Amino acid sequence: MNAIDSGAIRLALPLERAALAGLHAGDTCLLTGPLYTLRDAGHVRLMTELEAADGTLPYGLDGQAIFYAGPTPSAAGRPFGAVGPTTASRMDFAAPTLHRAGVVATVGKGRRNPEVRAACIETGSVYFVACGGAAAYLAKCVASSETVAYGDLGTEALRRIEVVDFPVFVGIDVRGNDVYDLI
Amino acid sequence: METIISKSQVARAVYTAIPKLACDLPADIKAGLIAALEREDNPRGRAVLEQLVENARIAHEDHVPICQDTGTVWVSLEVGSGVLVPADVFADVDDAVARAYNEARLRKSVVHDAILDRVNSGDNTPAFCDIHPVDKLGVARLHVMLKGGGSDNASRVAMLVPGAGMQGIVDELVRCVCEKGANACPPLVVGVGIGSTFDKVAGLAKRALMRPVDEPAADPRVRAVEEELLEAVNATGVGPGGLGGRTTALAVRVATAPCHIAALPLAINMGCSAMRRMTIPLAGYAEGHRAIEGDAR
Repeated sequence: MNAIDSGAIRLALPLERAALAGLHAGDTCLLTGPLYTLRDAGHVRLMTELEAADGTLPYGLDGQAIFYAGPTPSAAGRPFGAVGPTTASRMDFAAPTLHRAGVVATVGKGRRNPEVRAACIETGSVYFVACGGAAAYLAKCVASSETVAYGDLGTEALRRIEVVDFPVFVGIDVRGNDVYDLI
Repeated sequence: METIISKSQVARAVYTAIPKLACDLPADIKAGLIAALEREDNPRGRAVLEQLVENARIAHEDHVPICQDTGTVWVSLEVGSGVLVPADVFADVDDAVARAYNEARLRKSVVHDAILDRVNSGDNTPAFCDIHPVDKLGVARLHVMLKGGGSDNASRVAMLVPGAGMQGIVDELVRCVCEKGANACPPLVVGVGIGSTFDKVAGLAKRALMRPVDEPAADPRVRAVEEELLEAVNATGVGPGGLGGRTTALAVRVATAPCHIAALPLAINMGCSAMRRMTIPLAGYAEGHRAIEGDAR
């Protein structure tokens, strides 16, 4: 269909750490399976709950991938009219802790801080970059959505979504290489 | 005869503009993305541009939002001499915003208060409104912009020293693009305000975003500044999506103003690749009128 589809690496979610180890910053990938949407306000709550539970991830997030996104309501027969990545660096305060607790990947846009990079190396986790502003396009890759927690936050709720061939680039790989350093 | 702008006229224009802006990428931006794709040779940059062009098509055909961040609503009423505006001219705007966001199924992205009450207002209100007088007889028009949070966060105000001059402006802009550009969803439209005072310069930068990317500045000196800044921004190689390539920005739009002898105020307002804005003539402009012509101060 377009350049991102040709030669892209197909990855099944939840991601296996062995599969992540073979990825390199800049690789194009297509994700299929469950992703969890969560952003600013939801991260504040999740961190509080994680601390209260002595580092055990709630809501079945262990081994899963978090997509930094706040979707629009359903439209055109799809779960969301539009959904795309928000700026990942706003979640840098939480990402290292979440990786150590068992989150294997995040999806967002923009650079991460050195602590996130270090956590990717330490835990064998990956940061994926999706195309910011391509949210109608990306919404076509979402098959279903259910609210898992924090429903009162509206668009910022924790949602479990099923994606099919969701296009991303490897942003930070397990060796700490960063796609934004390649330019 | 004096022209009076009514609050219902303003609210109606806002209500009509919102769903169109959310789902239809302005023609100048769409053409800019297509042209950028044609000259892009970085594979990641190309992939991003292909997604963005396809995205605009899907949004238009399926009447879905271009971006999930359907923004805060900025409304600026520009009025010329002899036009009367009641003090409550924006009184019905929030009602129009709430109805438009609910009916068009757009995202509600506003909290009641930045620090005291970060609970979502639930209907994307309030809108952010201002009145802007211009030195033209009998005219009135309304600027409406849906402004994304990621690009606004990548914006800045810098109070430069006069001695920094043009090079100081270039350096600050390039630094801003390299540090924050990827967060603002490039290809960017960069609004640059130069002059006035600390509080006003950001408004200059924002209004500068209203001029279409295919409409050169009326003043050739402003045009030269815009060309120099655009060249510097694109020389960074930040590229589409911040992932590398030729086109980091589709355009830089500059508005300048007088200032204090001690000052060189600079504001950079990042606009994303979904630069959703529209100018609606209310009085004194012929149909089909477009936007600001270098009188943004």
